[in-house]
Amino acid sequence: MSLARQSAAVAAKDVRIEIRGRYALGAVVPFAATVLIAFGLSLGPDRTLLQRTAPGLLWLAVLFASVLSFRRSYESEGEDGALEGLLLAPIDKAAIFLGKAAAVFAQLVVLEAVVVVLVTGLFGLSLGASPATLVGAFVLGTVGLAAVGSMFGVLAESPRAREAIFPLLVLPLATPVLIAGVKATALAVAHRGGEAHGWLGLLLAFDVVVVGAGTLVFGQLLED
Amino acid sequence: MSTAERLMAKMTARRGERALGAAALMGLTATAVFGLLVTPPDADEGNVFRLIYVHVPSAWLAYLSFLVVFVCSVVYLVTKRIRWDRLAAASAEVGVIFILLTLVVGSIWAKPTWGTWWTWDPRLTTTAVLFLVYVAYLAVRRLPDGPGRRARWSAVIGIVAFVDVPIVHLSVAWWRSQHQAPAILHVAPRMAASMAAALIVGVVAFTFLYAYLVVLRLRVGRLEERLVAEALSPRLEVTPAHPAALPEEVPARG
Repeated sequence: MSLARQSAAVAAKDVRIEIRGRYALGAVVPFAATVLIAFGLSLGPDRTLLQRTAPGLLWLAVLFASVLSFRRSYESEGEDGALEGLLLAPIDKAAIFLGKAAAVFAQLVVLEAVVVVLVTGLFGLSLGASPATLVGAFVLGTVGLAAVGSMFGVLAESPRAREAIFPLLVLPLATPVLIAGVKATALAVAHRGGEAHGWLGLLLAFDVVVVGAGTLVFGQLLED
Repeated sequence: MSTAERLMAKMTARRGERALGAAALMGLTATAVFGLLVTPPDADEGNVFRLIYVHVPSAWLAYLSFLVVFVCSVVYLVTKRIRWDRLAAASAEVGVIFILLTLVVGSIWAKPTWGTWWTWDPRLTTTAVLFLVYVAYLAVRRLPDGPGRRARWSAVIGIVAFVDVPIVHLSVAWWRSQHQAPAILHVAPRMAASMAAALIVGVVAFTFLYAYLVVLRLRVGRLEERLVAEALSPRLEVTPAHPAALPEEVPARG
């Protein structure tokens, strides 16, 4: 089996688990909604302030909620020795990384669709101005996010790491996604989507570095 | 033993350790004398400017230590020799302390000169993000897990964290440049010769200090491991001479 087919098999397994367990729908999406409501309450009902901060709040909600998805992705591997089974399977270790990242990517895209709708409604943001820029920012940003999360999600297997250390590690590493994602979204909202090339390029560079590093070193995280 | 490992062994011998300590102490004394007595106060900033003789060397030390963590992490993953993991750990600990010192001293300096404790300048922000990443690195190191697994996890984080730095810096730099002009360079373009000399002395002194602290930390690490090995050996019914747990002693010389 080629690396792509092996990765696809791992991804299909994870997506199947998600469809049957509905963790993203049942816990992650409501959590993102709670975060958005909390942002709204903390900032007050000032319409212009909310509109100005909306791109940032959107990405923060995605970032915080994505941590739950990453943890879930590996929690299910901790049950019934599932990870051992995966390790014994005659597949490339990089395929486990790529497959899990792809599955998390799919979940995050669903999450983002809901968050975008919520932000449009709650904060009065018009996201339809430059759809191509917006889609580009979300796709590229999510690839990088999913790669970082899937690389270090292995840590969440250890109970003590699950609570604070995992977010402490992933959130600072994902700083470029937050900055570039927010900036590209803000430009798209301001009808200046054409100026977002630099930010999209930055997201792409982050994706290349993280996916490349993950493919190369992920096996080292699992080897025992 | 490779040349690098032999050099490491020599540096960590007690005699080398004392020599490094003496060099660091002399260097720091020289930095203090130069920074406080020889150099004139800055034309604009006055005596506050003297903070530069601590600020710049500690920032240099922090970035140097993270480069060492990166190199050791790569070498560890290739060779799987635990001494490279120990060196990475020692270097990261020293680096985190000095990056914190850089941020605190910078903040104290910024208040009287810029009128604020903090600005979202690219260099400042990158340094703050870097601090958080390496705090996380140390937190992962403290997870109760087998030494082999801890070493591999830390090595991966040490590598990814370092390759992330340029992208973080680039993103923060662009982020700022869209708002306002970058912060004014606070180092005067033409420095008095004594100021430049004090700065160079400071950088050299802090480099010795770095080597001394890392060597010291390595020895504490070896002692810790020996204690653990001795405490465990009666129960495991093996001699402490287990290769994985055995401190890498350097044969005493002279």
